[in-house]
Amino acid sequence: MVVMTDVYKAYENGIRAINGVSMTINDGEFVFLVGPSGSGKSTVIKLLTGEVAPTSGELIVNDFDLNQIKPKTMPYMRRTLGVIFQDFRLVEKKTVYENVAFAMRVVGASNREIRKRVPYVLELVGLSNKQKMLPNELSGGEQQRVAIARALVNNPKMIIADEPTGNLDPSRSLEIMLLLEKINELGTTVLTVTHERELVNRFYKRVIAIDNGRIISDGMDGYYNYESEAEQGTEAEENECEAETQPE
Amino acid sequence: MKQKRSRNKIGYFIKEGASSIFSHGFMSVSAICVIIACLIIMGSFALVSVNIGAQIAKIESDNQMIAYVDDVLSRESAIALEDDLLKVENVASVQFVTREQAMDEFLDEQEDPSLFDGVEASVLEDRYIVYVDDVEQIEATKVALEQVEGISDIRLQLDVANGIITARNVVMIISIVLIIVLSIVSVFIMSNTIKLTTFERREEIAVMKMVGATDSFIRWPFVYEGLIMGLFGGLLAFLLQWGIYTLMSDLIGAYSIATLIDIIPFRNMIQYVLPVFLGAGFLVGIGGSLSAIKNYLKV
Ligand SMILES: Nc1ncnc2c1ncn2[C@@H]1O[C@H](COP(=O)(O)OP(=O)(O)O)[C@@H](O)[C@H]1O
Ligand SMILES: [Mg+2]
Repeated sequence: MVVMTDVYKAYENGIRAINGVSMTINDGEFVFLVGPSGSGKSTVIKLLTGEVAPTSGELIVNDFDLNQIKPKTMPYMRRTLGVIFQDFRLVEKKTVYENVAFAMRVVGASNREIRKRVPYVLELVGLSNKQKMLPNELSGGEQQRVAIARALVNNPKMIIADEPTGNLDPSRSLEIMLLLEKINELGTTVLTVTHERELVNRFYKRVIAIDNGRIISDGMDGYYNYESEAEQGTEAEENECEAETQPE
Repeated sequence: MKQKRSRNKIGYFIKEGASSIFSHGFMSVSAICVIIACLIIMGSFALVSVNIGAQIAKIESDNQMIAYVDDVLSRESAIALEDDLLKVENVASVQFVTREQAMDEFLDEQEDPSLFDGVEASVLEDRYIVYVDDVEQIEATKVALEQVEGISDIRLQLDVANGIITARNVVMIISIVLIIVLSIVSVFIMSNTIKLTTFERREEIAVMKMVGATDSFIRWPFVYEGLIMGLFGGLLAFLLQWGIYTLMSDLIGAYSIATLIDIIPFRNMIQYVLPVFLGAGFLVGIGGSLSAIKNYLKV
């Protein structure tokens, strides 16, 4: 579960990436975070993973209060998250199996647990027959599925994906989204950043739209609303502009 | 269960550490060579200084002055001088030698004693052989002995003692300076070699952080990498030092007045040299790896 309350984030160079964001993501939800490039989506992700600290505001992730968290505790907070990136971030010289096993080894799992869990997760993402291959022998979609397996292997409470389909063609993208949906149905909370409207609108899910570091809409109405706001060029007026329904 | 896990982990750390040593063979070999060179330079100076120290101790143990007794004194008063001499600071012991004993010893040393047939013992003086505690104070002791009434003259081989002391001090200072400078150089080189690994593995480190590895877990493979290189360098340096030392002492033994210099056999020093070399390798390894990795553990 994520609780953000009036969070601001200004980078050292003065750029104010997040300007008063409040949101709650409950356990078991599937949420899309959408917005144009530079709107602050990745900054939200980095705040949640503890990569950057908020300038002000409250931030609680899976019961860890990130305002109070000690550097020593941060790794344990991160173990409750599974993170996926656009560029996969696999270790090139390790095989598919080793890439996934690595994530377990790093948190101190025994060889026996690793031997049991890794094949199960690879099966889940449909890569049972490619365990011994190296990442560069796989297609982009397959590499992203390895990354998803790695994110899942330690049984996190929540999967956070920053543009997981950004490098993939549309049919692969759909496969990845369907996989994330399946993972969500198995009980894991999923937060996915994307700016692919087509894709978002194929799923009937909660969509949080962000622009200029502010939430401009939050609801079940798909990406379309947000897009129209951006086209009109209206500066978001906090929560007012939320549910402006427009005919398709 | 817990124990099994930690054994499991240590195996992983060592494997990771060792594999990255091999994956940058050239850098690792150069780092190990630098450690070996530094250790051998330090070790050689230290061993030379130990040998000079032993030499000084040997001189000290039989270092003697000869105090000549004034001719005008009777044999009895000459013998009575012993107490006065022993009162002088730094005097360890004295031994009275009559002019007749001195003459006999002198004649014994000559190849052809008949040359001195007509010479009377009376040309010599009664004398004391004076042994001192601290050879470095010998000059002051000499001055003090000259003040003793009934002593006409003091003779000593001060030049040799002074020369050796100066040599030891110089070697000792050089050793200390070298140890400091070369330790810094070794740690620096080691640190840069491991930085190369951390740089190559920066993405892996980022992944480890992302999935919740603790800092100490991330640090260990690099520490083992440094440790393996440091200990390996220390061991090789020890073996090389052994060879060089034995070779040098054989050469010195063959080409010099062998009785003058006693070289300590290497095997008598193994118990000190081996732990020092391995310990130095250990410290350089740990120091280098910790300084290499610290920048990566900030986020
Ligand atoms: N590390 C950083 N330092 C300074 N500015 C940054 C940094 N990361 C992002 N920004 C700035 O913050 C704003 C939001 O960026 P980001 O969160 O990456 O947006 P998005 O993921 O929606 O494209 C942008 O103006 C970007 O230039
Ligand atoms: Mg981004």
